[in-house]
Amino acid sequence: MGEPIPDIIEAQELKKIFGDVIAVDGIGFTVKKGEVFGFLGPNGAGKTSTMKIIACVSPRTSGAVRVLGMDPDIHPAEIKQQLGVVPQETNLDPDFTCYGNLFTYARYFDIPPNIAHQKAEELLEFVQLQEKRDVSVEKLSGGMKRRLILARALINNPDLLILDEPTIGLDPQARHLIWERLKTLQSQGNTIVLTTHYLDEAARLCDRLVIMDNGKILVEGSPADLVKQYVGNEVVEVEKTEEVLSCLSGKNISFEVIGDSVQIATGSSREVIRILFDQCSPHKVLTRPATLEDVFLKLTGRKLRE
Amino acid sequence: MIMHNIWSVPRISRRAWKVWHRNLVVFFRTWKVNFFPPLIEAFLYLFAIGMGIGTYVKEIDGIPYINFIAPAILAIAVMNSAFFECTYGSYVRMYYQKSFDAMIATPLSIEDVIAGELLWGATRSVIYVIIMLPVLAAFGVISFPASLLAIPLAFLGGLMFGGIAMCFTAITPSIDTLNYPSFLLITPMALFSGTFFPLTLLPELFQYIALALLPLTHLVAIMRMLTLPAMTGMLILHLAWIIMVTAIFCIVAINLMRRRLIV
Repeated sequence: MGEPIPDIIEAQELKKIFGDVIAVDGIGFTVKKGEVFGFLGPNGAGKTSTMKIIACVSPRTSGAVRVLGMDPDIHPAEIKQQLGVVPQETNLDPDFTCYGNLFTYARYFDIPPNIAHQKAEELLEFVQLQEKRDVSVEKLSGGMKRRLILARALINNPDLLILDEPTIGLDPQARHLIWERLKTLQSQGNTIVLTTHYLDEAARLCDRLVIMDNGKILVEGSPADLVKQYVGNEVVEVEKTEEVLSCLSGKNISFEVIGDSVQIATGSSREVIRILFDQCSPHKVLTRPATLEDVFLKLTGRKLRE
Repeated sequence: MIMHNIWSVPRISRRAWKVWHRNLVVFFRTWKVNFFPPLIEAFLYLFAIGMGIGTYVKEIDGIPYINFIAPAILAIAVMNSAFFECTYGSYVRMYYQKSFDAMIATPLSIEDVIAGELLWGATRSVIYVIIMLPVLAAFGVISFPASLLAIPLAFLGGLMFGGIAMCFTAITPSIDTLNYPSFLLITPMALFSGTFFPLTLLPELFQYIALALLPLTHLVAIMRMLTLPAMTGMLILHLAWIIMVTAIFCIVAINLMRRRLIV
């Protein structure tokens, strides 16, 4: 047997407390080399706090964490030298052009000018911003800014890419381009950790993910396994009527009422539909595959988060 | 977790110069905007105060009035350039541009970033003095070569006012509240630090207050010793005062900024 590949991130009992708010409440997880690992959760779940601890910009309150085999409290510069970070907030340097942003950022990593130049040109092409090379970043659209931030995060060939809401506020075209680029990076063996609110994004990109709420990890697994385990294969949606409700209750079929529709998660929709049509006289019926969104809402509830 | 006291000496690496370099690049790219203010400022003071008031006040302590205020023009420029760079300039980069957040995602630490900002504030003071010296020399109101020492002095003075400024930046709730130190500290200091009239004209108590509390007093005093030139042993005391205050404020500024930005 060869040497075991060390985990890229290992965290145990990780805690972050701000005043009297427990943002991260004793979580543990590991991220393996080459995987795309997602953190999902409602606002205030503790995702960004966790990201900041990993990115060595916010010290943990307690617990243990190792990033690339090192402790963020002890070796922040060494860890950050090998990280690429896409923050939630756009923080490009408005005093520079697109190229200037990449080139200047490369200096912070001690990358020699000739290599920085070459890498900046390559990355502008990678995120399709060659035409905007000499344009001030203030003139870019939201999607272009996010793409440039992704390029900036790659300037040092990072061993670990940390993305906090990478496609927030983007139009579908821009989101798809970012997804495509992340897929490319993944296929090249990059390790990626991301947070997102978009569950389709998580399902599409993540090999493994955790769903967090109130600073704790609720579940961990691959998107497909989580869906199967917590919801089932399919969801049957029926228009809400008194008849349907009393009928389902009578049959001991568990369901959830959302607005004016009734949702029944099931392993086999056929059975449920047969019962519905035979005995409940439903109006509109719709069958769809179960998604991560169903798991998410089931676990974190439907109450609005601020 | 490592506790950070505001008096503890921060660990700064040579990476601080990268932040300094970034600001330098931006400054020189917009040099046309940046080079004129100190040039104009030097002329304005020389004409309005030197030649205007100087017509009535011929001499102070046997020194031509315009020669008396020339070092004050330099000292005030040192103060203003570093102070405004490390208040409004740094605040904009920190709060509006989020540049510090972007930088600390790289191997730079927050200590490096703030140290780089302070070094840049001091450098800006140096640049202003370098631009003003030829103007003052052309008017024949300063002597060489001693006045060339105003350049390294500008760096030290700039670091002092940058450090003071950064402390305000670290605690200010918004950019508007930075107006308070500007009007309540900087403007009175520019008038009452032995700049346009000798400190000895003030009531004795105020003289002591000025010497004890107004950093500009010491900077003007040394600057005047250099440009007249008229050096005395007091130079060492003034210099010691400035070095001590610079060290204290720069250390506290970095720790306060860490406290503000690293949570």
